[in-house]
Amino acid sequence: MPAAEPAGSGPPTGSAAEPVLEVRGAVVSFGATAALVGVDLAVGAGETVAILGPSGGGKSTLLRAVAGLQPLDRGQILWAGADLAGVPVHRRDFGLMFQDHALFTHRDVAANVSFGLRMQGATAEARRARAAEMLELVGLGGFGSRSVATLSGGEAQRVALARALAPEPRLLMLDEPLGSLDRRHRDELAAELRRIPREVGVTVLHVTHDHDEAFAVADRVAVMLDGRLARIGPPAEVWRDPRRSDVARFLGHANVVEVGPGGSVPWGRLEAKPGRAVIRSDGFRRLSDAAADPAHPPDGTGPAAAARPPGADPATASTVEAVVADVRFRGDRFELRVRTDPGEVELVVLDPEPAAVGRRLAYAIAPAAIAFVDHN
Amino acid sequence: MAQDWPRPPASAARLRAAASGLLALAAGVCVVAFFAVFFAWPVAGVLAEGLGSAGLGPVAGLFASPAVRSVLWFTLWQAAASTALTVLVALPGAWAVARLGFRGRRAVRALVTVPFVLPTVVVAAAFEGLFDRFGLADSDGLRLRHTAWAILIAHVFFNYAVVVRVVGAHWAGLDARMEDQARVLGASRLRVFGSVTLPRLAPSVVAASAIVFLFSFTSFGVVLVLGGPGRATVETEIYRYALVRLDLTAAAALAAVQLAAVIALVSLSTFLERRRSRPEPMQPTGAVRRSRLGLVANLAVMGVLLGLPLAVLVERSLAAGGGYSFGHYRALFERVNLLPDTAVAALGNSLGFAVAAAAIATAVGGSAALMAVGSRAGRLGRLADAGLTLPLGVSAVTVGLGILLVLDRPPLDLRTSVAIVPIAHAVVGIPFVVRTVVPMLRAINPRAREAAAVLGAPPRRVRREIDLRVAARGLAVGAAFAFAVSLGEFGATSFVPRQPETLTAPLALFRLLGTPGDALRGQAMALAVTLMALTAAVVFVVDLLGDARDGAI
Repeated sequence: MPAAEPAGSGPPTGSAAEPVLEVRGAVVSFGATAALVGVDLAVGAGETVAILGPSGGGKSTLLRAVAGLQPLDRGQILWAGADLAGVPVHRRDFGLMFQDHALFTHRDVAANVSFGLRMQGATAEARRARAAEMLELVGLGGFGSRSVATLSGGEAQRVALARALAPEPRLLMLDEPLGSLDRRHRDELAAELRRIPREVGVTVLHVTHDHDEAFAVADRVAVMLDGRLARIGPPAEVWRDPRRSDVARFLGHANVVEVGPGGSVPWGRLEAKPGRAVIRSDGFRRLSDAAADPAHPPDGTGPAAAARPPGADPATASTVEAVVADVRFRGDRFELRVRTDPGEVELVVLDPEPAAVGRRLAYAIAPAAIAFVDHN
Repeated sequence: MAQDWPRPPASAARLRAAASGLLALAAGVCVVAFFAVFFAWPVAGVLAEGLGSAGLGPVAGLFASPAVRSVLWFTLWQAAASTALTVLVALPGAWAVARLGFRGRRAVRALVTVPFVLPTVVVAAAFEGLFDRFGLADSDGLRLRHTAWAILIAHVFFNYAVVVRVVGAHWAGLDARMEDQARVLGASRLRVFGSVTLPRLAPSVVAASAIVFLFSFTSFGVVLVLGGPGRATVETEIYRYALVRLDLTAAAALAAVQLAAVIALVSLSTFLERRRSRPEPMQPTGAVRRSRLGLVANLAVMGVLLGLPLAVLVERSLAAGGGYSFGHYRALFERVNLLPDTAVAALGNSLGFAVAAAAIATAVGGSAALMAVGSRAGRLGRLADAGLTLPLGVSAVTVGLGILLVLDRPPLDLRTSVAIVPIAHAVVGIPFVVRTVVPMLRAINPRAREAAAVLGAPPRRVRREIDLRVAARGLAVGAAFAFAVSLGEFGATSFVPRQPETLTAPLALFRLLGTPGDALRGQAMALAVTLMALTAAVVFVVDLLGDARDGAI
């Protein structure tokens, strides 16, 4: 791997210490539809960047442009400082894995995996060894002679991954790699997609519409909305501080409130400066006594009753009282839709305990759960 | 990243690439040359002769004649009636094959296809045998021989498979849950069919109807034998004008009229198909229905319509005197005065021609299909596609007439050469190869090509690694089709001068059928059965090849 040249000027969004892949001002339009509207992105060597966004947001177009399958209308794509404009798809030494895996149905598993090596002119011996090694890596050892048609969705994706990795690409691109899988296989393969690239040390561009998936695999997440990169940063940072209300909404943050002078909000006061704020659903702590909840008898046996200290949290002055409008069980938590009183603002609260609809609850809001958006 | 896999020297790879490029170029030149010499030139010759130097002279003359006008009218209405009847009879069959779960469904689908690939003259022989057997030939009561009904029934027999396979394939791919949904919402079975199923099936029904109409419109052997002297279509009139009345100009003018009608028809059907087809995700839901009544009724129709004529054909071939014997089959080895050689020799000729024709058709048609799909430029690709299937619309008789008109003098005098037979057969068979291979190539996931490119395959390598591999099975199926087509080809071959070397089995059969006498009739039936067995065997091979991978229809 040649040493990456330092970027001329610092990348406009996010930061890659040592960028190998750089996208500069990429523009692609299909007729009147703009797919990419000036995208800038820098990816460091060995880094995994997830492009996260809704379908139709331009993620796949960006990936295809990097692969060389989609010419840019304007802008540049550079690898280690060198413009890729004149480099055809098959000379880029990149790997690409599609959502529908696009395996070669007329070849067996081993022939699929070793295809790239054959293109490089590797001998049959080398190909066989490498295919076996790759299949072992993705947990499909011994599958070499299987027909592609006999594979399950998850297995097919693993073969596609092995096929993309076998020729030792400089960059691995994954286009919705888990999109067609059921939940169990998705979780399994997501773990592999995190482990394997790190093991082989390849740089990864991972496109997905699912933020759980993006957070699970990526070093940095780039949220792409309407053909633009709206936010880029480490997963936890993007989650906690989305910076824009559209990014917040895409990530599933439901509670966006306007904070007035002196921290005034419809239900009272929020310990925050004026502006538009996002309150994360997991930042609420119930203040009302669980013993008063008819769903839980006052014998103190409720699972969380002991863990939760009664009374107000002295660390915060932000509190809210609200009436429960809807309760949804979410596995590890309950998702409560509450209506503030006063103020009539609908908030979504994640609470370890359920509550009856119509019940009035008091919550303390953790300052760390408040982030400001759209402040420029 | 270092790629230090052991690899052969680069010069060899470059040499190989150059060689394959040269080969592709050579193949392209051969394809174009073949089409130009053996298709475009003869057809142009027909048009030139028919339209004459004085504009539309001969054609205008044709339309002035009431006899020709009635032939035109009969051609049109019998084709329309054949199409309507076929769709009506075969639509339930398509449903049965697509939706009913029963043991032997694949076998039924394969058996249903047999009539479609049978030589036209064999079908004619089967119906002649049927009429003989049940006294429908000359009786005062119900007479079918030499009537329009005989032609219509034979056309339904022939084209039943077209509707069952084309519509059935589409039907099987439609999501059956949509019908369930409509039923749950309160629609009766009939309403569901009329308002949910039929509208979605429309594209394939239109497509199948267009094919059936085209085949009925240009039907030759069936009309010539079963229609008798009284019933003539444009196709049989071209033959009569050219070979009986020896008026090549009138024959060519008729051929020009027919060609115009066919082109109009194909354009219309393409337009309709494009307008009607609404893309719907094809996902066989595996919804398998059970309906004893539906199954029994359909099998009964298939049995009577498709099975009975062929069963009677076999029976007739064995009937001799009062009992049954193989006498007629033994007689195939003897020469009758009517024919320049024995029937068995004719069969041998036919097999040889079929091998050669299949080889030519596969090579030319396969290269053409690869080129058509390869030229990605949308409109150009479509044009190439249309150009390649044009021979499907140009009737065999027109091809024969064209060869008679232009290839009988220098620079290329092939009229008396034996080679002209397999070449003519290949021209007729190429569209089948193209039609089999092109959809397979079109069905390749474009992302598979992209994946290959990303993995380091240059464009030409992608063609070889992906397209050619996928086309291989299509080529095998197409070759078998071309073989079957050649085995039964009658229209074009009837224009080849009569000599022992070019006597094919269908020609021999036609002459045997056209001559009165019980012994000759029995021989005709025996020859027809032999041809049928050969063709049916090919169909089964095709079906096995087709099902080997994915059970595609």
